[in-house]
Amino acid sequence: MSDQLLAETIEIKGFGGDSIEAYFARPAGSGPYGSVVVIHHMPGYDEATKEITRRFAYHGYQALCPNLYSREAPGAAPDDAAATARARGGVPDNRLVGDVEGAAAFLRSQPASNSKVGVIGYCSGGRQAFLSACSIKDLDAAVVCYGAFIVSDPPPEMPSSVRSLLHLTPNSSCPILGLFGAEDKFPTPDEVARLDSELDKHSKEHDFHIFDGAGHGFFAVDRPSYRPEAANEGWQKIWAFYAKHLSS
Amino acid sequence: MCTYVTEHVDVVGSGKGAIGWFNLNEASVYFDHPVHLAREHSLNIDFLQPKMGPSARVAVELDIRSARRLAEAIMRTLSQVPEELAE
Repeated sequence: MSDQLLAETIEIKGFGGDSIEAYFARPAGSGPYGSVVVIHHMPGYDEATKEITRRFAYHGYQALCPNLYSREAPGAAPDDAAATARARGGVPDNRLVGDVEGAAAFLRSQPASNSKVGVIGYCSGGRQAFLSACSIKDLDAAVVCYGAFIVSDPPPEMPSSVRSLLHLTPNSSCPILGLFGAEDKFPTPDEVARLDSELDKHSKEHDFHIFDGAGHGFFAVDRPSYRPEAANEGWQKIWAFYAKHLSS
Repeated sequence: MCTYVTEHVDVVGSGKGAIGWFNLNEASVYFDHPVHLAREHSLNIDFLQPKMGPSARVAVELDIRSARRLAEAIMRTLSQVPEELAE
């Protein structure tokens, strides 16, 4: 495998046909390659998420990270854009689904695509990866990294329009890899067990792992929550999962 | 985790950010992941002037104890303002 890759900012069509910014990284060869839509976390379309996007390209995938805050803050610094999006109420679920659909369609249309597209999200993006798996019919694999509020609504002291997605489980249309921390409180291991059993109940293919000694955000290399052992093992599981479901 | 919790406050004031001084008319107060502070979560305040765009922002990220001390200091300071100046 060559380690040559290309990465750049482009425009794609998202929800409602809107033009939105996206970061596109892919191997320099002619393919065919599987593809991954990377859903950024709430702090935004930032340097760390772009680094993750390039990591997928290094490992032989076309990867695209749509800027979910393009509409509120076109061209703004990622932290300013995240602040603006938050002040306006965040990203509605239906808009997120449309943007991921647009990203998947863009990836499939590339000459080097093998037509298979997965999704991955961290933190709030983990919830949105599950939402995508349950809302988009043609995804081939989804990776949910410590997504909160999939099983339970936010607690009453946390007023939010975000709601549980558990009722959508029967609609899940692709295999799901779930990576969670044993010390996480959002979601707790009990909530992860509930989601696991709900997916079992509906005979949905999935593979869940809860890492000891890790809490929320254990993949985030630039944050105190980083846990290298869990993250390294998690990445191995991601590569194996995508090799199985996104290869030609 | 991303808490989504955000308090919005209408404000009248001025702030100095990357683009210099500007008028403020809105503040967001929230507890969530910081961008820069080396903590998993922080109390964050964005002072904003939305009409001037996303970069018209003065941002602070505080750990919980600092945020409480700041809030107490604001209230203590305001309680000491002579009544005739308090309008």
